[in-house]
Amino acid sequence: MYNTGDMVKELADKYGRKRESLMPILQDIVKKHNFLTDEAMVEVATELDISAAEVYGTASFYTFLDTQERGKNVIRVCKTITCSMKGKNDIISTIEEILKIKVGQTTPDKMFTLLETNCIGWCHKAPAMLVNDMPYTDLTTETVIDIIKGYMRK
Amino acid sequence: MVTLKINEQEVKVAEGTTVLDAAKKLGVIIPTLCNHPDLCVAGNCRVCVVEQKGARTLIAACAMPVSEGMDIHTNSLKVRNARKHIVELLLSEHRADCTKCYKNQKCELQALANEYSFGEHLFLDLVEDHSYTIDRSSPAFIKDDSKCIRCQRCVRTCSQLQHVSAIAVANKGSHMKISSFHDRPMSHVVCTNCGQCVNRCPTGALTEKTYIDQVWDAIYDTDKHVVVQTAPAVRVALGEDLGYDPGERVTGKMVTALRQLGFDSVLDTDFTADLTIIEEGTELLTRLKKVLVENDHTMALPMFTSCSPGWIKFIEHKYPKMLPNLSTCKSPQQMFGALAKTFYAQKRKIDPAKVVSVSIMPCTAKKYEADRPEMRSSGFKDIDYVLTTRELAVMIKQAGIDFRTLEPGQYDSIMGTSTGAGVIFGATGGVMEAALRTAYEIVTGRPVPFKNLEIMPVRGMDGVKEATIKIEGTTEEWRFLEGAELKVAIAHGLVNANKVAKAVSTGKATYHFIEIMACPGGCLGGGGQPIPTNAAVRQKRMEAIYSEDIHMDLRKSHDNPEVKAIYEEFLGTANGHKSHELLHTHYIARESY
Amino acid sequence: MKSKGLTKVDLIFESVDSREVLVKAFSMTNEEIINQVLESGLKGRGGAGFPTGMKWKFTAAEKDPDKYIVCNADEGEPGTFKDREILDRAAYKVYGGMAIAGKAMGAKKGFIYLRGEYRFLLPQLYLELHKFHKMIAEIGYDFNIEYRMGSGAYICGEESALFESIEGFRGEPRNKPPYPTTSGLFSKPTSINNVETLVTAMMIIAKGPQEYVKLGTKDSRGSKVFSISGDTPIPGIFELELGMTVQEFVNEFGDGDTKAVQVGGASGFCVPRKKFEDTIIGFEGVPTGGSMKLFNSSRSMYNVLHNYLDFFAEESCGQCTPCRVGCQQLLKGVEKVKKGESKSTYLNELVKLADTMKVASKCGLGQSVGNAFKSIVENFREEIIY
Repeated sequence: MYNTGDMVKELADKYGRKRESLMPILQDIVKKHNFLTDEAMVEVATELDISAAEVYGTASFYTFLDTQERGKNVIRVCKTITCSMKGKNDIISTIEEILKIKVGQTTPDKMFTLLETNCIGWCHKAPAMLVNDMPYTDLTTETVIDIIKGYMRK
Repeated sequence: MVTLKINEQEVKVAEGTTVLDAAKKLGVIIPTLCNHPDLCVAGNCRVCVVEQKGARTLIAACAMPVSEGMDIHTNSLKVRNARKHIVELLLSEHRADCTKCYKNQKCELQALANEYSFGEHLFLDLVEDHSYTIDRSSPAFIKDDSKCIRCQRCVRTCSQLQHVSAIAVANKGSHMKISSFHDRPMSHVVCTNCGQCVNRCPTGALTEKTYIDQVWDAIYDTDKHVVVQTAPAVRVALGEDLGYDPGERVTGKMVTALRQLGFDSVLDTDFTADLTIIEEGTELLTRLKKVLVENDHTMALPMFTSCSPGWIKFIEHKYPKMLPNLSTCKSPQQMFGALAKTFYAQKRKIDPAKVVSVSIMPCTAKKYEADRPEMRSSGFKDIDYVLTTRELAVMIKQAGIDFRTLEPGQYDSIMGTSTGAGVIFGATGGVMEAALRTAYEIVTGRPVPFKNLEIMPVRGMDGVKEATIKIEGTTEEWRFLEGAELKVAIAHGLVNANKVAKAVSTGKATYHFIEIMACPGGCLGGGGQPIPTNAAVRQKRMEAIYSEDIHMDLRKSHDNPEVKAIYEEFLGTANGHKSHELLHTHYIARESY
Repeated sequence: MKSKGLTKVDLIFESVDSREVLVKAFSMTNEEIINQVLESGLKGRGGAGFPTGMKWKFTAAEKDPDKYIVCNADEGEPGTFKDREILDRAAYKVYGGMAIAGKAMGAKKGFIYLRGEYRFLLPQLYLELHKFHKMIAEIGYDFNIEYRMGSGAYICGEESALFESIEGFRGEPRNKPPYPTTSGLFSKPTSINNVETLVTAMMIIAKGPQEYVKLGTKDSRGSKVFSISGDTPIPGIFELELGMTVQEFVNEFGDGDTKAVQVGGASGFCVPRKKFEDTIIGFEGVPTGGSMKLFNSSRSMYNVLHNYLDFFAEESCGQCTPCRVGCQQLLKGVEKVKKGESKSTYLNELVKLADTMKVASKCGLGQSVGNAFKSIVENFREEIIY
């Protein structure tokens, strides 16, 4: 268990306490813990001397700064047109089957969250997805199972 | 100076003027929604788009500065088509149940629809797709997202004018909305209930929680004895919702109207304002004596006034360590409530359980204050219902009263007499001035050395005012203050309250006594006042308050005979045991969010 | 319209000695650099197509000693993935281009706003940056570049929304004027340029503007990196001269059954087969930031349109009425027409709405939704209705 207040203080020491420090601080919290807890947002608000509503309002604007709980591995399957054309629905149903959750949900052991996202810039190798920061491209129903199983083993 | 053409007419304006303001100079009206004179420019509603010759797109008149040779058309076909579409788009996201809405006939979107959209709606209804929520958690106001047009006036108000930022814009795209911290109920966050957002909302998205029906029920209940008190700032603003220009003093007519509505006793908050001065003045002098003479720092200086519930909630959230600096005096409203069900009920030989106390306030936070659990010193809920100035105007209309033709009336007695010091509570600087008029005289035996008792240095609309009063020629009892320089400060609007509180908390300020009012202009600019409440209107109301003061027979709180009487008959001494029981309170440290 | 024909070019990824080019640039005067860029006719490669030389000239003219050069690496337009490739293979040229821009305008500080979806590139980008800073210091030029990350918001590719994001706010576009060259990042004069534009500028200084003028057409000088995907046997990154017709493009990249090409991503134009011959890919025809998507006859243009509208309804910042509500109305509108719940004539009302969005929206996103909407509805009406 980590101490939220200490973590935020460390980040504020690293990036500063100005308004422009907000994005790097929130991004680092998400990198460590995959989403922003209420407690973390309140601590950030206190360190930067802005209101908690402001922190929440800014974070909720950005798709990757989740304020809802997310699992250890966040899967984002691209749903924009080329990936759609090249079979993203099959990829999604494969993942839904293997993880036993639907899009938008997190597995009970909090290991995986399955989401859809907009164009991630791999249209020539569609369908594609991100798991946390890593892109996976040229997906097939077989390769995606291997990828997920790889994360399960970690 | 810049010369430009609007609708083929030439106009000359200063550089930096917006097209919107330049058009106003020519008497050309361009409709707006997100624009507000008290707030910075937003340019998001796009209602004010006009055509600029040579530009690729239409331009937002509120955000575009003029340039030499500009050629603008505000009513071309292109503009009218765009405007109609924009109004239709706003209506498609809006739950238009106007006949049930509190803002019916007072809604800016309704006014635009009346000009640009009748007949069949052009687009699909999106309301049901949105699963809008209505937040009724606060006793002071209701936030109905189904009426919100996302103009962000409320967000800008809460952030720029009040420095609270209890609400912000959240999410994006079709999910974009105005939200508290992580969508928590408004009663669970830092919102101070000041109602400044309610004052600026163009639609029915933010309205006060009304208690009109409950008050009618009480009035019609023959078993109940309903007393009403009226705040100082109400009498200089009520007229605006009943056909008068801003700045009209309608005190007498207001009293008559209240009597005709059926209240059993029409009394005055100004009475307890005078009472507050005695209690708070005594408290201040006690603190000064303890700190300066006895070196007893268990009492804190500076002392902050405590009559503004918006300010109280603000300091409870933001500066909980400074709670000992707050005066322990209740607000005049709450003092009145406690006395109504004890002193008043006894004197009138009425069962206090049958007394219903109603207050008319320029304020929405007073509704929250009345609901605070500690406000039950009488053994009952001290204040049963709080109505805003706006609600009173509605009741007067509901009763079919022709306000303009009323004869002026007088307040009832026991708690209806007041002085000029009481009425100036409605303006920023007023509490300070009233306190000084009494405290100075107690200490020196002489009235304040200002012509007509008008202490000009504490008056006016500056955000933070400071003054130093030298105390000379004291009586024997107050010799320890001889030669002392009493440093006072006055702040109105929470952004300024924050400045002063911060300066005090960091040790940068050395005041003794500070008056804080949560609303810009003081109570006269309160969240419950008639809309609009902009800088020009506040100025007029302020002039009316001081005019009311100078026309009163009694000008100092300690000259109020009913105040003298209540001490003799009931309370005993100022700050004494009975006072502490009924007229003083305590505060609660709250979370920062 | 005379077509230039389809010609492959190798400019962006061609290796150069970065140090040599920078020493050459730093020996030139600010005016010389700007004049060379102006002469080349280079227009912004992100899609908006503003003359780069003009942008640098305006920023150079500002008196404020604090100025910024910002590299827009927020590549979010559906179908665009060329900047990712450029950063992957030639980051040193991006940094070099920024240094040259900084020199030309008097900016000592550069920011690269990199979209969150490309975070995986950071370790190698930082390695390159470290080398770059070392080299710059050795040459003796005072210039520093910092990365700022995006977090999943297409609208942050809009210049003023990008500034807002760096400053720590929601990516909501600002009112203009003032324009970025006068008041941009942190309210200072800023030149914001696309990744490819900066690399191209560096190559123009390296080789001289005349080499660049030889390519392209009068209105669309030079070459462009295209990201090609969809129904094509050879998806990927290709650098081509500007000024070819869509037909020539399809001849090279189509799968033999191309019925439509979406030029410029979701905010671009859909060119139907019957207009391939007559449409030039360039600023005088259909401009593009590089995104080219090919659709063959198996594709439903309704699905394509729906996908784009869903994208915009989600990615709109939400602040202005025409875009926030307009996108939802267009999306729901075509759904209702497709299901037969609204008459097909309702499409005409929606086309008028798209026109309003074009002139009344606060920023380029809302203003561009109508492009795809109108071009698909006008050319494939039957597929929307049935």
